[in-house]
Amino acid sequence: MTYRVVHYINQFFAGIGGEEKADIAPESRPGVVGPGMALKASFGSQAEIVGTVICGDGYFAENMESATDEVLKLIAEFKPDAFVAGPAFNAGRYGTACGAVCEAVSRQLNIPVVTGMYPENPGVDMYRKSVYIVETEGSARGLKDAAPAMAKLLLKALSPEGLGSPQDDGYLSRGVRINCFFEKTGATRAVEMLIKKLKGEKFETEYPMPSFDRVPPAAALTDLEEATIAVITSGGVVPKGNPDRIESSSASKFGTYSILNVQSANKENYQTAHGGYDPTCVNEDPNRALPVDVLREMEREGVFKKLYEYFSTTVGNGTSTANAKKFGIAIGEQLKKDHVDAVILTST
Amino acid sequence: MVKAIESYGIPVVHVCTIVPISQTVGANRIVPAVAIPYPLGDPSKSPSEEKDLRRTILEKALKALQTPVTEQTVFTD
Repeated sequence: MTYRVVHYINQFFAGIGGEEKADIAPESRPGVVGPGMALKASFGSQAEIVGTVICGDGYFAENMESATDEVLKLIAEFKPDAFVAGPAFNAGRYGTACGAVCEAVSRQLNIPVVTGMYPENPGVDMYRKSVYIVETEGSARGLKDAAPAMAKLLLKALSPEGLGSPQDDGYLSRGVRINCFFEKTGATRAVEMLIKKLKGEKFETEYPMPSFDRVPPAAALTDLEEATIAVITSGGVVPKGNPDRIESSSASKFGTYSILNVQSANKENYQTAHGGYDPTCVNEDPNRALPVDVLREMEREGVFKKLYEYFSTTVGNGTSTANAKKFGIAIGEQLKKDHVDAVILTST
Repeated sequence: MVKAIESYGIPVVHVCTIVPISQTVGANRIVPAVAIPYPLGDPSKSPSEEKDLRRTILEKALKALQTPVTEQTVFTD
């Protein structure tokens, strides 16, 4: 049986135009267009690209929900057995579109989907959990390797065995953990790994750890009495009612609130939104995480000149490091503008 | 967040309970807090004792901000 495959590409790869044509609405063409030729060659007789759906990257990015629906409709008309998008290489809007369309096709048409992207494409972080993504080079030069890899992955997904691990089948890890039994216990494997490490022998980690960059320490405060100090927290202390609905886990935002004339983060006006620790004590007295009361006393006594008028807060529970960095940059920029001299950041 | 704010040249002290996490992620000035559910408090103490405790931690924090450091430093006293 020859599988029917639909291919999604953007306006550039369809040969319609560059950035000036990025606003074109979705359209479909029978058969192969552009890089579909490379996929066709790799599919051989096992699969056939019966149709290609094209959409401008700008149009998609600006109308994500409705564009996904329009594209999905066009795809469904071809009655496909499987779907492939891109490869998007390092093009951010294109990668986002490929990921979004793949996810929608997978969920609504319930057929195998595959796409290809450079690992730093924002589409990877956004869709890696729900979509199989083949790793590609950063530019279209990588098509000659990407196409066969994507074709192979899609055919495997269509096969009775389906897809196995990222290493075996060649896709970016989705962060899915599957329990399996090993003959040796974890303790045995850990000790064996340690012995190899001590001997200077090669070993392979079972779980790669992320690496964290370093920031040079900022210069110390020299004149505390003249300083403006800001207090910030990841303990999730928010005005009562959590007006901005900061999430109790995986926070997607931070809040900034005025504490002008506020002498204490009391329980009448404040609470915590944090879902990662028992909130009882902090809800009883939010100063236990956001120490406004003592900082005000210190301000009154002249220990430092001023407690900055605003505090920023988020929930540090399963917060992605990318988001935390984003929040920090936004907060830091504002603090710098307002000539804040130093920051006390509290975490639970 | 600590590092991102510090990248603007503003000294930041991280008052936190789980010091090893802060060290791994890379904060430069760290002051250990009391406990996860009450980093600057202690419900087993009286309100005034708690405030004294909070004051002690904050004084440590301000001291850390005034201390020049060249590498990650945990301020215990």
